[in-house]
Amino acid sequence: MTAAIVVLAGALFGFGLALSGMVRPEVVLSFLQFRDWGLMLVMGGALAVALVAYQLVPRVQAAPLLGGSFDTHTARMHRDTFIGSALFGVGWGLSGVCPGPAIAGLGTGNVELLWVIGGALAGAWLQGVWADRGTAAPLTQDG
Amino acid sequence: MIDTLFPLGWQHYLGGGLLIGCGVALLWIGTGRMAGMSSVFSSTWSFVSRRPYFRQPRWLQSRAWRLQMALGLVLGAGLWWLLFGPQQPLATDVPAWRLALGGLFVGFGARMAGGCTSGHGICGLAALRPASLLAVLTFMGTGFVTAQALAVWGAR
Repeated sequence: MTAAIVVLAGALFGFGLALSGMVRPEVVLSFLQFRDWGLMLVMGGALAVALVAYQLVPRVQAAPLLGGSFDTHTARMHRDTFIGSALFGVGWGLSGVCPGPAIAGLGTGNVELLWVIGGALAGAWLQGVWADRGTAAPLTQDG
Repeated sequence: MIDTLFPLGWQHYLGGGLLIGCGVALLWIGTGRMAGMSSVFSSTWSFVSRRPYFRQPRWLQSRAWRLQMALGLVLGAGLWWLLFGPQQPLATDVPAWRLALGGLFVGFGARMAGGCTSGHGICGLAALRPASLLAVLTFMGTGFVTAQALAVWGAR
């Protein structure tokens, strides 16, 4: 049941990304180059619904419908948030793609997005290695 | 005015955004989880890597549902394509090197920052986290500069 809800939530998310054109790198780049402000409407629309859900639901409902508890967002005021976001923006501006559209876009048959997925997996692995620096990570055991 | 800001029309942008928000809300109401998408690129490494970073409980406990969510993303976008998309698969003129190098920065940067356009831009702002506002303003800024620099350079 939980898996079905997660897939359904993902499907709504993915349908929205496709309908809004966010799966097309050209549309994202046209926003970043000030030629089309549509991305602001996408983010604003999504944020409006999410804001209501995040702020109101926990007040009327003690726990999520399928059990567990409501997560707390992990964002923290930290140098890494700033530097990481700056690097993320450079990649976003280079490619016109961010993680959601990179994955969802595969459903529209755009296999070129596998370049982004491959790059992002490599980047996330490097970030894990970077985060582990200083800890005694046995390199020989690395998978 | 509307035509200048949104040369392709505005309805599909707002409609798509509202649907994205519904997905975020459904995941929240059903499971209490937040729908940041970049984490799947870290959590999936926990299936194969023994590095301490990827052995953290937060990856081991979330890796299954993050992949389920990713599957949902593909299915949802695929449904749109079947119902409303062009006959041909979507494609892009952005060269492969920009997709791959951009992806590398996206993966490293978003994971270092603890979120991307969804994790900070939608979920973090909806959770009223000041750090997420910092993240959004920062990646919008460097995204603008990078894309504008490419445009000045003659690339779109």
